[in-house]
Amino acid sequence: MSQDIWVVVETLRGAVMDITYTSLAAGRILADGLGIRLVAVLLGHNAEPLAGTLGTADSVIYVDHASLADFTPEAYRRTISGLAKELAPRAILFGHTSMGMDIACGVSLDLNAPLISSCERVKLEDGRPWYSSPTCGGKIIAEGPIPDPVCVLTIVPGGYKPEAVRLPGPKEVVRMAPSAALEGLRITLKKYIEPQAADVDIAKEPMLVAVGRGIQQADNIALAEALAQALGGVVCGSRPVVDQGWLPVPRLVGKSGVSVKPKCYVALGVSGAPEHVEGISGAELIIAINTDPRAPIFNVAHFGTLLSMFDLLPALTEKIRQAPRP
Amino acid sequence: MHIVVPIKLAPDLVEDLEIDAGGAALDRTFLRLIINEFDDHAIEQAFLLKERGGGQVTIVAPDLEGADDVLYTAAAKGADRLIKLIGDFSAGVNCHALARTLAKVIGDLHPDLVLTGVQAHDDLDGAVGPLLAEHLGMPYLGYVAGLTVSDGKCMARKEYPGGLVAEMDVALPAVFGIQAAEKPPRYVVTSLITQAMKSATIEEIETGEFDSGGAAAVERMSRLEATTHAEMIEGSTDQVADKLVAVLRERGLLAPRG
Amino acid sequence: MPIRETFWNIPHWAELVQYVLMVLTMLVFTYGVFRRIRRWRQGRPERRTDRLGARLGSVVVHAVGQVRTAREAYAGIMHLAIFWGMIALLMGTALATVDWDVTRLFFGFQFLTGGVYVVYELVLDVLGLLVLIGLTMAIVRRYMLRPARLGNAPRPILAWDDAYVLVMLMLIALSGYLVEGLRIAVVQPEWARWSPVGRMVAGWFIALGDPTNRNLHIALWSSHAVIAFTFIASIPFTKLFHLIAAPANIFFRSLQPGGTLTVTPADREPGVKVWRDFTWKEILDFEACVRCGRCQDVCPAYSSGLPLSPRDVMIKLDAHIWARGNGHALAGDVITPDELWACTTCRACSQACPVFVDHLASIVDLRRSLLAQQKADARLMDTLGTVRRYGNSFGKSDRQRALWTQGLEPRIKDIRKEPAHTLWFVGDYASYSPTLLEITRATARVFRHAGMDFGLLYEAERNVGNDVRRVGEEGLYELLAMKNKAALDKCDYAEIVTTDPHTYNALKNEYGLTRPVYHYTEVLERLLASGQLSLIDRSTHVVTYHDPCYLGRYNGVYDAPRRVLEAIGCRVVEMPRHRECGLCCGAGGGRIWMQETPGAKERPAESRVREAAAVPDVGILVVSCPKDLVMFQDALKTTGLEGKIVVKDLIELVDEAIQGGTPQ
Repeated sequence: MSQDIWVVVETLRGAVMDITYTSLAAGRILADGLGIRLVAVLLGHNAEPLAGTLGTADSVIYVDHASLADFTPEAYRRTISGLAKELAPRAILFGHTSMGMDIACGVSLDLNAPLISSCERVKLEDGRPWYSSPTCGGKIIAEGPIPDPVCVLTIVPGGYKPEAVRLPGPKEVVRMAPSAALEGLRITLKKYIEPQAADVDIAKEPMLVAVGRGIQQADNIALAEALAQALGGVVCGSRPVVDQGWLPVPRLVGKSGVSVKPKCYVALGVSGAPEHVEGISGAELIIAINTDPRAPIFNVAHFGTLLSMFDLLPALTEKIRQAPRP
Repeated sequence: MHIVVPIKLAPDLVEDLEIDAGGAALDRTFLRLIINEFDDHAIEQAFLLKERGGGQVTIVAPDLEGADDVLYTAAAKGADRLIKLIGDFSAGVNCHALARTLAKVIGDLHPDLVLTGVQAHDDLDGAVGPLLAEHLGMPYLGYVAGLTVSDGKCMARKEYPGGLVAEMDVALPAVFGIQAAEKPPRYVVTSLITQAMKSATIEEIETGEFDSGGAAAVERMSRLEATTHAEMIEGSTDQVADKLVAVLRERGLLAPRG
Repeated sequence: MPIRETFWNIPHWAELVQYVLMVLTMLVFTYGVFRRIRRWRQGRPERRTDRLGARLGSVVVHAVGQVRTAREAYAGIMHLAIFWGMIALLMGTALATVDWDVTRLFFGFQFLTGGVYVVYELVLDVLGLLVLIGLTMAIVRRYMLRPARLGNAPRPILAWDDAYVLVMLMLIALSGYLVEGLRIAVVQPEWARWSPVGRMVAGWFIALGDPTNRNLHIALWSSHAVIAFTFIASIPFTKLFHLIAAPANIFFRSLQPGGTLTVTPADREPGVKVWRDFTWKEILDFEACVRCGRCQDVCPAYSSGLPLSPRDVMIKLDAHIWARGNGHALAGDVITPDELWACTTCRACSQACPVFVDHLASIVDLRRSLLAQQKADARLMDTLGTVRRYGNSFGKSDRQRALWTQGLEPRIKDIRKEPAHTLWFVGDYASYSPTLLEITRATARVFRHAGMDFGLLYEAERNVGNDVRRVGEEGLYELLAMKNKAALDKCDYAEIVTTDPHTYNALKNEYGLTRPVYHYTEVLERLLASGQLSLIDRSTHVVTYHDPCYLGRYNGVYDAPRRVLEAIGCRVVEMPRHRECGLCCGAGGGRIWMQETPGAKERPAESRVREAAAVPDVGILVVSCPKDLVMFQDALKTTGLEGKIVVKDLIELVDEAIQGGTPQ
C-alpha cells in the first residue's frame, strides 16, 4: 500500500469529536498537495456507522474490538502502532486533545517517527509539506517541514473549521482486525462521570459573553450578566474563572470545556490562551475587551478595545438596551 | 509511596519574547523562565496525595535560572527530596531530550507515581509526561484532574471536552499528566522558603549529553504581533460603546425586545 | 465645732473586723493582680520601657484626664462622672480613715474639723450625687438605649460582669448615703446642712427614732463596708480590672509612628499560632479592653456588614487566653479567617480606643499564622505570588514599570545613573494601573513645572511591601524592602517623594532610611508657600477632601493637602467623617487584593462616596492616594452617583491650575 495521510478518529460515547474534522481538513490539504490518499482510522466496537460523516477521507479503516469500545491509552496506542507498522502511512494526525496526546508520543516512539505537536495549520511549500504551530501561549509561531518518511502530528483546533469537512459517507470502509494483542492493559476505564447538569448549553447559544481572569472577582460577573441579558445571551468563561468556582464547569469554554459557535462572542478580560481560543474558532463575530494590547485574544477577535471593561460595560449595556431594534 | 514530580521551566509570557538571530528559536539572552503552570499543579497534587496517604515527594528540576527557587519553594511546602539536574540546559532542551534525561534519574528513584504537568506552553514535540513514561516503561494517562491511590492502584479522573470525566484505574507505577490539581496550588509564605533555603539540601545529578532525537525541526519562528486581526476601536467610553452597538446592529445581532 | 467621729455608733469589735476584712481584701486583690501579671509574662518579650517621661505624660493625659473618653458627650460625661465621683469618695473614705485611725490614734489630733470638715462633707455629698447621675446614665444606656456596640454576643456571660459592676457601684453609693442619713437622723449635728443629700435622707428616718435608727445604721454600715471590700477584692476578677490595666496599657503603648508592626523572629513560625506567641503587651491589650465598643462603631468592615468587630476580637482573645487554648486553633476557630481578612488596617479602631488597645498588632499577627497555613483568600495568595515573582501586584514585567514615561520629553532622569535632588518612588498603582496613567503623567508635569530636580528608579523599584506586610506576609515584605533599600543605597538623592500613602508609610516609618520621605502633598505645600510653584489659573471648585488612612491616621498629614487645595483656590467643605475620623476606602491592608466578601451591606467606598455626594455644593471628591481613586471611581458606578460628583486626585486640580483652564 502506498503512503497515506492518516487521521485518527476521536470518538466519545458514540459521537465523533469536532477535532477529527479539523484534522481531516488539515490532512486533506496534505494529501491533495502530495497527491496521496487521506485515510481516517476509526477504532471502536459496533461503531462502524460513525464512518458516515467521514466523507472527506478517501477511505476509512475501521477496527472493531470489544477493548476498543471506549478510549483507553494502551489499547488504542497498540492498535494504531500495529496498523501503522503494517501499512506505513506518510503521516499520522491526532487531535492535540485528552485522547490524542495520551497516545501520539507513544505511537511516534513505536514508529521511530518524529513528533510535531500543537500544529494549527499545514501547507505545501516548494512541494514540501509544512506545519505551523502556535507556541508560548500563541505569542510565537513555529514552522518547519513535516519530515519524511513518516511523521506524527497533533492538531489543535482553530486552523480549520470542522463544519466544512463534515461530509457524508467515505468511498470505502476497510475493516481490519487489531494486529496487536489487547490483553494485559494497565489502564482500564471504570466509568464516566457526567458533568454537572448544565442549565444552558453554551454550545448552542448564539450570543455569548465570556469572562476571563481580567474580571478580577466574582462580584464583577454581574457586569457580564447584565451585558449578556441585554444581548439576549448567556455568560461563559475561561479556565481561571471556572477554577475559582465563579462559574459552573458547563460554562467553561475551551479545550477542556465546550467548543462554542455563537453568532457573537464578547470576550471580557480574556487573554486568549490557546486552550481557550481553540474553543471559539467557530464564533462568527468576536469582540475582545482587554486592557493588555498584547493579549493574544486580539489575534482572533474581529473587533477589540483596550478600554477597561469596568468603564465600558455599564455604558455599553445601557446603549444596547436603548438601541432601536430593526 | 514515593511520588516524583519532574518540573520544566518555560518562558514567562509576562515578558516580551524575541526570536534569536538564527530565526528558528527564542532569543534566550533576556528570557525569563517560570515553572510550567501545569507542573505547579502536579506538585500540588503530589502534596495532596501525601497529606492523604503519606509517602515521600521528590522534586526534580533542570539547572536553569529559577530552579533553586522552585525547589526551595517545594521544600517549604513539604518536599522530602530536591534534585537538580546539572547540564547545559541554557540553549533550551526539547521534551524528547528532557524525558530521556529524566528517565535515567527517575528510574533510579523507583517511584510509585510520577506526576508531570500535562503539557507546557512551549512544547513543540509532544509532552514530557508521555515520553518519560515510555522510557520508564510505565503507563501514561494525561489530562488528569484528581487522583486517589489505594492498594498499588490509582484511580484517576481524566477530563474530556465538555466536562465529561472518565474514571480510570491505573496500575502503579505510572506516569500522570496533570491538568489541574484538586485544589489550586498553595501559596507558601516567604519566611518558610527562606528557612527551607537554610535547612534543605539540593542534590545535584550530572545529566551528560542530551539526546533530542525524535522531534521535528523548527525551521522558522515568528512573533505573532498583537492586533494582527482585530480592528481596534479607540476613543472615549461612549464612542467605543456606540461603535460596538453599531457593529451589532449592522449584523442584526440586537435581540428583539421582549 | 464640726468634727468627724468616724466610727460613731460602731462597736469596737466591728471596727476591728473591718480591718481584718481589709487585710483579706488586699490579699485577694493582690492575688488577682499577680495572676494577671503572671499571665502577661507568659507572652513573648517586647521592649516598652523607653522614653519614660513621655509614657508618664501619656498616662496623665489619657488615664487620669481621659481625653479620648471625653470625645463622646454621653459616654464621656457618664464615665467621667462615675470615675471622678468614685475617686473622690474613695479619697474621702481614705482621709477619714487616716484622720481617725492614724493621726488621732497615734498623734492625737484630727484634721477633719471645723471649716475643713464641712467643706469635706459638702464635696463628698455632691460628688456622690455625681456618681449616681453617671450610674443612672450608664443604666439607661446599657439597658434602655441598648446601643449595638455594647452587646455581648461573643460571650453572653459578660452581661453579668457589666451588671455586677453597675449594681456594686450603685449599692456602694446608696448605702453610703443611707449610712450618712441615719447618722444625721440620730445625732442631728448642727452642721448637717453641709450634707444636703445626707440631711434629706435623714429626713426620711427621723420619725423612726432611736434605737431603730441606730440599729439600722449598724446594719447598713456593715453592709456598706462588706460591699466596698467585695468591690475592691473583685477588681482583678472583673472588668473593673481596667482600673489597673488601662493605665498600664496607656503607659506601655507603642510610641513608634502609628501602626508600626512587631517583627516575628526569623527562626520562629510566622505569626501567632498559640496564645503564648502573643507578646505580653498584646495580652495586656485584651485585658485593658473595657468593651466600650467605640472601635466597632468606627470600623469600616463592621459597618459594611462584614463579620469583624475589633471589640469582639478582643473579647474572644481574652476569653481564649483565660481558657488556655482549650485545644482550639487561635487563628481559625477562636477568630475566624473571615473576621481577620475583613480588616482594612485603617487604624480607626485603635485611634478611637480610650485605653490605646492596638487591635492591629494582634490582627496582623494572627493573619501571619493564617497565611502560613494557606487559610487565606485565593486571590490574595495569587497576588502575593505575583508580587513575589514580579515585584508588583499587577503581574506585569518590571521592565514595563516606567512605561507611563513614554513620550514625556525630556526623559525623566534615571536616578540610578545620574543624581537628582528628589527620588520619586512611584509605587505600583501609579506605575501600572491603566486608569492612573494620566494622573501619574500629570504629577510629572507639575513636578517639572515647579522646577523640581527629580528622578526615578525605573525597573529597580519594587512594591514597597506596606500592604504585603499587613496581610501577614512578613518574609515577602522583608524581601521587597531589602531589594528596594539596595536600589536606594546606590542612588544619589536628598529626599524621597511618593504619591502613594501606603508607600509613604513604609518608606518613612519602616524602612529606616536616613533621608526624609515626603508625600507629594507635603512637597506641593512647600512649593506653593515658597512661590516656587506658580499658578496660572486659580480654580473656583468647591471640593471635599478624603483623608487616606495611611496619610492621616498613620502619619498625621491632615493639613498639607487642605492647604494645597486652598492655595489653588478651592473651597474645602468637610465631610462629617474627616481627619482622625476619616472613613477608610476599604482598599487597605491588602483588601484591594481580596475577593469582595459576599453579603456585605455596603462597601466602605460606596458609603464614602454617598457621604461626599451629600455634602452641599461639593462637586469634587478630592483624594491623594492612587488606591482611593480606583476604589471611589468604582463606587461611583455601583452607587449610580456618576454625574452627581466626580473623584479627582489632588494633583489633577494642581495640574489644571498650572496649565490654565479647567478641563472637565
